Parts: sequence; C-alpha cells; structure tokens
Amino acid sequence: MTRTPLTGWGRTQPSVADVVDVADAKAAAAAVATAGCRGALARGLGRSYGDAAQNSGGLVLRMAAASDDVVIDAPKAVATVPGALSIDELLRMIVPRGFFVPVTPGTRFVTIGAAIASDIHGKNHHVDGSFGNHVESLDLLLADGSVVSIGPDRDAQLFWATVGGMGLTGIVLAATIRLIPIETSKMSVDTDRVPDLDSLLALMTEGDDDYRYSVAWIDLLAKGSNLGRSVLTRGDHARLGQFAEHEDPLAYGPRQLVSVPALIPPSGLLAHSAVAMFNELWYRKAPSHRVQEEQSIATFFHPLDGVGAWNRLYGSRGFVQYQFVVPLDRDDVVRRIVQLLSARRVATFLAILKRFGPGNPAPLSFPMPGWTLTLDSSSAVPGLPALFAELDTLVLDAGGRHYFAKDACLGPDAARRGYPRLAEWQATRQAVDPQQRWQSDLARRLELLG
Amino acid sequence: MQNAFGEPQQVLLLGGTSEIGLAIVAAFQQTTLRRVVLACRDVAKGESKATALRRDGLDVSVVEFHGEDTASHQGLIDAIAGDIDVAIVAFGQLGDAAVTATDVAAAAELCNVDFVAAVSATIAVGNRMRQQGHGAIMVISSIAGDRVRKGNPVYGGAKAGLDGFAQGYGDAVASDGVHVMVLRPGFVHSQMTAGMEPAPFATTPEEVAQIALAGLASRRRIVWAPKVLRLVSIAFRHLPGPVWRRVPF
Repeated sequence: MTRTPLTGWGRTQPSVADVVDVADAKAAAAAVATAGCRGALARGLGRSYGDAAQNSGGLVLRMAAASDDVVIDAPKAVATVPGALSIDELLRMIVPRGFFVPVTPGTRFVTIGAAIASDIHGKNHHVDGSFGNHVESLDLLLADGSVVSIGPDRDAQLFWATVGGMGLTGIVLAATIRLIPIETSKMSVDTDRVPDLDSLLALMTEGDDDYRYSVAWIDLLAKGSNLGRSVLTRGDHARLGQFAEHEDPLAYGPRQLVSVPALIPPSGLLAHSAVAMFNELWYRKAPSHRVQEEQSIATFFHPLDGVGAWNRLYGSRGFVQYQFVVPLDRDDVVRRIVQLLSARRVATFLAILKRFGPGNPAPLSFPMPGWTLTLDSSSAVPGLPALFAELDTLVLDAGGRHYFAKDACLGPDAARRGYPRLAEWQATRQAVDPQQRWQSDLARRLELLG
Repeated sequence: MQNAFGEPQQVLLLGGTSEIGLAIVAAFQQTTLRRVVLACRDVAKGESKATALRRDGLDVSVVEFHGEDTASHQGLIDAIAGDIDVAIVAFGQLGDAAVTATDVAAAAELCNVDFVAAVSATIAVGNRMRQQGHGAIMVISSIAGDRVRKGNPVYGGAKAGLDGFAQGYGDAVASDGVHVMVLRPGFVHSQMTAGMEPAPFATTPEEVAQIALAGLASRRRIVWAPKVLRLVSIAFRHLPGPVWRRVPF
C-alpha cells in the first residue's frame, strides 16, 4: 500500500490516496474491509478525464487481470472477461477469431469494468446503444465482501445501477458480454468534408442509419460562413472480399507509433496558433467526398492511441474535456454552443459531434436520443470556468446533461438536474452499501451518494 | 472537492473579518463555492460579514476562534463538517511599531498572534487536509517579512517566521496532496492600514484576491500581490546593510 497522488487523464486537480494492488476478489474484499471513513474505489487504466477514478484520503484498488481467464463462446458470440482486462487486450484475443467488442470508445485502454461503470458509448451508439446494452451478466464484489451475479434479467435494479454507476456499487470482477462477428479486421470508411454546421446536422440526420459507425470532427475555431465546418466519417466492418485480399483477413496488431516525453513546457504545446493550424490542415486534408476507403481498426477507432501519453501535450496545468448531450429537437442549443465557442476562440482540437440513438434503463447512463458534442481545452485558458458555466445552463435548460467520465468541473446541482433519476439510483446503491464504503472524488464533488 | 480549475466547494477563513480574507472569499463566489466558514474572535462582527456574503446556494456559518488559544485549534478545525477545500490563514495584527519595538510584553503578544497562532492554525488545518488527501492553504504573509524593516521589526519578524514556516511546511505536506501557498501582499488599503501613508505599489483587497485565485489555480507556492513586488523584493534584498538602514520607512 503506497500513498500516491492520482489524477485523471486530464491531469488536473491531483489528490492522494492509498493505492493497493489486489490479485483477486478475496484480496479486494479484505482490502475494502480495512477502508476507513474515506472509503474505497477501484481504478482501471486512469482514462476518465476528471476525478472519477480518484479517492482522496481513501483506498484505491488496482485489480490484476489474467487474460487466461477469458472464455470465448464462439457459436454464441459471447465472451466472459475479467473486469480488469482492457479492451486492448480483449481485441488482441478476439479480432483474430472474427469478433469485435460491442462498443469501443476513442481509446482501447479502458477496462471492461470501467466500460460498464461509465456505460461508455462509441461511434455506433445510434445503432447499438452503449456498453451496458451488451452485458448479459456480471459478477459484482459488494461492500460487505460478498459477490453477486447480476444481469438485466437477474436483480435488474442493481445491474442497471452498476451500469453507469461510476464504480460506486461495487467492483466488476467479471462480465459476460455479447460480441460483434466480423469477417475482416479492416474498416470500410466513407468520408465527407462538410462546409458548415447546418449541412452537418442534416447529413447526419439523413444518412447515419445507413452506417454502423458515424462521427464528425468539428473545427470550433472556424467563423462566419465556415462556422461548424467539419469532417464526417462513417463506416462499417469490411466484408470479406470487399478489398484486395490480405494473407490473413483478421490480422490485428495495433502499435504505438511515438510517445510524448515527460519534459514538456508547463504551458504545453497546444497553443492557440498551433491548434488553429492543425484544424486548418485537418479540414483541408480531408477529401470532399470519398467512399469505401480501407482503414485499420486502430486508425478508425483509436487514432490517439498511436501517440503514447498524448495528455502531456497540454503541459503541467492539464486539460479539461466537456461533453454534453441535448435532445434531438434541441439542435438549436448545439448551434448556439458552437457559435459561443467559436466567438470566444477556445482552442480545441478534439471537438467531436455524434448523434445518439435511444438510451438504456440505467438511471445514471449518459446517452439519450440527441446530439452529443465533446471538446477539450487547456484548463489554463482564462475565462474558461465562466464559459463552461454558461454552457452548463444552456445544456441543462434544454433537458440535456453531462458525461461523468469526462467531467471535472460541475457541481451537485448540475448532476441532479441532468440526471433526474439520481435519487432512485441512490436508493438502490444505499441498499447494498449502507455504510458508504464505495467513494470517489467525483462522488464527493457532485454529492452523488446523497 | 475542488474541480479541475481548483475551485473549492468549502472555504474556511481563519480571521473571519479580515478584509483580504473576505475579498478572497468574495472572489470565490463567482465559482462553484457552496459553503463558507468564518472563524473569528468577534462573532457579532463575523455574523454581519456572513450576512453580506449569504446568497442562494451559499451556506455561510460563523465559529468563534481565538488565535492565542492554540490548544483549541485542532478541535475547532476537526468539528467542521465536509472536506475543507481551501483554508485561508488571514488573521494577524500590525501592532503599534513604536510600542512593540520597546515593550517586551507587547512584542511577545504580537508574535503570539502573528506567528505562534498562525503556525498552530496552519498545522491544525494541514492535519485535516492530509487525512482528506487534498486541499489548499493560503497563508497570508507580507512583504514586511521579506527583508524586515527598522520601521516595524516585530511585525516584520513574525511575518518572516510565518513565511519561512509556511514554505517548509508546504514542502512537508505536498506528498499528502496538500498545497500551501504563501501570499505576500504589499501595502493594502484596509482598516489595518487606515490613516497610514500608502507605500509605493499600494493595492486593494480585491486586487490581492484576484491574484491569489490565479496563483491557487496554477498551484503556485509563492504569490506576490501586486506581482511587481517580486522585483522590488529582489532590489531590497540586494541593498547593502548600511544603505538599507538609511531607507526612511
């Protein structure tokens, strides 16, 4: 057990916790039993941007995962996977056997437990929903040290409280998830360069259903008639024979190309001018319309994983992500927010727009049918807290909400307004953890435990 | 908990009627602040300050706090509910320089408030924050403690001691997640300096507060207010002793 400063991927606000490596459920239960008033929390690979995987003054458990424990049932297209196994490790096992994970975020370095706890979504949300929709059952370590097996048909209330529950119901020891069968490890991608926001919204509304995967990158620095210019990429897993035959159509070996060194100027390398230049080039390099381009899984889904420790690019002050969703008929709010960000010249080089499909029964699941915009910015930008507060009001007034796995800025009121079923979730949670042994900095900041 | 910008949800002001302290609390009102605790000697005066701060969504309470009663410090701090995100050690007295430079009892009393009590309160808060695993302490020092002047050697000496303590203590508790920031204002227009001839680069509590918040957000260890005083300090420190002695303030 070592006292260790921890931050999220955004590298803002560090806090110190006692970090314990635990080999199995028994060791985890023993550690949780020793937790004091600051409680305990499981931490995966630290990819949530804010304080979701921090527990200041308390215990933080890091679970070991053995890939030997993965059981793949190929005829049923399901896999039983340790909660601490990463999507990276899982993909390396299942892609060569003709399967893909049901949902992947923009990085493959998240654990299965965290994927469930954050109820992550990906480019296929409009078709497949979020990660929790594909979990058949899971084993949950409860605060009292017991293990329960739950699913949508077995103790559904606790199951859906665990999906999107930010690790505050217990530790996911293992999960059985449905996989997507694939014929090749290649993607077939259509790319469109879109001159402005209105065209983008129209294009996504009309055409998204023809694709399993769809997402748009937006240049938030573009102004005037270029406001919201973007690059829309949509695609699907390539069929066998669609492209020139490869020796092994299911070959998969993603690599990290470079890594950002630890020594970066404190102000970071993503100055306003650098981001503006990047955005200009990124937009211009995109083809105006290109269909059926062959891309690798890594290029299509996880482009940033090619650069190790890219979060250091923002310098020692770190950066914040801001992701919200508003209902489909409130595209006026998306427009207003893109205008605001453009007018305030916030340098963001990862602004992503996505059209969500239906949500799921989890009270704290983020996705709802609507538009979700995510953006990042150096946390040192003057006036950013006030700007975010302005955006919060627009989002919440429109019946929208924010994504806990990204959030590092909100207060308790925004969480309550965005998640009207919070009290219902709290009651379910409290029943299995009356002493509030599971805690996190996110839970303290947003007063999630009630 | 502080958010990604270092904005606190609960602030403790030790010296609950201090003008600089209250200006910092007021500046935090633009942020995610939800709870304020004013710890002060004069509870009635503290209540009137609390009334001025209160608004929707901001809970302000007042607790009686006596700096010289160091034995009470830890209990008082530990009785505060919820995480203390930011504590401001703002109490202190300027003292009558002419008296403290000659009166042994008056000098010792001033040191007890400005140094002994401030050290004790800082440690009491630090103990709490080390258990929390996070938090920030702003210790209000002064340019007077940078190179102590003949004009007010006891006050300057006490501040010099506090300043040095806070720096070393900050290094000691950093590994427990506690950020100690030493704030060094120059001449600040306030009740404490009312009727005095303003020194060059005189500033206001509000300006000091803005500089303090910016310093906190970037996790600075030493913050000058106004910033130009850092250069003034370098100049002062390099003056030869005989010259320094002739400087007229």
